[in-house]
Amino acid sequence: MALVVALLLSLPSHAASHLKLGISGLFLPLFGAVSTARQLPGRAADAILPRSELLKEIETLQRENQQLKIQDLQAAATAHENDQLRALVGWQRQQPWKLKLASIILRDPANWWRTVQIDLGKRDGLVENLPVLTSDGLVGRISAVGYAQSQVVLIGDPRCRVSARILNPAHDMGVISPGGPLENSLVDLTYLSGNANLKPGQEVVTSGEGGIFPPGIPVGQIVDSRQAEFGLYTEARVKLSADLGALDQVWVLIQ
Amino acid sequence: MNFFNTILILAAAFLAVFGEAAFQLPRHLFGAQVDLLPALMIYAALNTNIVTVSLLAAFGGLGFDALSANPLGVSILPLLAVGFPICLRRDLILRDLPFAQIILGAAASGAVPLLGVLLLLTGGQEPLLGWGSLWQWLVMIAGGAAATPVIFALFDWCHHALGYQPQAETSFRPDREIRRGRQ
Repeated sequence: MALVVALLLSLPSHAASHLKLGISGLFLPLFGAVSTARQLPGRAADAILPRSELLKEIETLQRENQQLKIQDLQAAATAHENDQLRALVGWQRQQPWKLKLASIILRDPANWWRTVQIDLGKRDGLVENLPVLTSDGLVGRISAVGYAQSQVVLIGDPRCRVSARILNPAHDMGVISPGGPLENSLVDLTYLSGNANLKPGQEVVTSGEGGIFPPGIPVGQIVDSRQAEFGLYTEARVKLSADLGALDQVWVLIQ
Repeated sequence: MNFFNTILILAAAFLAVFGEAAFQLPRHLFGAQVDLLPALMIYAALNTNIVTVSLLAAFGGLGFDALSANPLGVSILPLLAVGFPICLRRDLILRDLPFAQIILGAAASGAVPLLGVLLLLTGGQEPLLGWGSLWQWLVMIAGGAAATPVIFALFDWCHHALGYQPQAETSFRPDREIRRGRQ
């Protein structure tokens, strides 16, 4: 048995990752059964909802859709203007984001990691290190890809460090690091300059450094700050914009 | 019977690992997920043979590692380290007492994550640890302690419901029959 364990632990990381995703695929049928069971009460409630309520909801959604269309037109005009200005300055043209919706299927059973599995994989065009986000903000990055499912390492896990920028006049930059094991919605922003002028409520976004996360994705808001290593640098606690404890569906950003 | 018992234990391990990954109620309530594999290992070590204990460690450990970010195989050794000594010394343990089950469940649920984290740190991994981990460890111990007698009761029920029951012996003995009437 010890020999088998030694053999498994000495597998190359690529082979081990494939084997892990293969074994975790055995659990997918059970997940399908559980998610169907969870949807049943919702479907039953939909079936008995009065028609007038549904019509009202359709009307609200149609109105919202029209507003979004107008905003989309405005954004397209701004993007066009941005492209023209970039061409004038000689900067590279920005590519629009391509997003794919994924459902969270399983969470890490170990208390010392923060990962989830999603229902998209190689067949959907996913590769490692793609950013994962919700409409509220950054969630994490893809750490392993299987044929039909992938593992996402969440912000706050020791293996997901993000270069971030604070939206203050100095545009202070730091690195998002894990908070405590019990703090699901708080992370640390470390290696800020010693004289950084931080105030609670300031927005934190990705800086674009590091090559994985594009700039401008919301990460969270500053909660408080303190001097670290005898004033060598400043550390701040950041409340994450995305609620990692209640993730149901996420967007994978295919650049 | 042993074969049936082994299948039942492996199926329970599969469901336990899936449950830990799919249902987040303990994590939302107490900030930690409860691991049911150590409690299951206590049952296997006290009621089955060394082969079933090894199979449970391998099967449960691989399943757990496949769904978590642990390196594959790292959870097998802690489960074995708990199951083997108990299996070898089970004659000295009052396995039918709920108190003994609770104590063993608590000890196993404390030892398995501790050994797992030690193995991870030895392997150069950086798990998410802090003072809050102490609380998570206590929750895992309490959860495992509470789950162990429940697992024993569930398996006993399964054996009664699904297993072969030997027919009860009658107390009738022809040589002790009281003969009435005239011969």
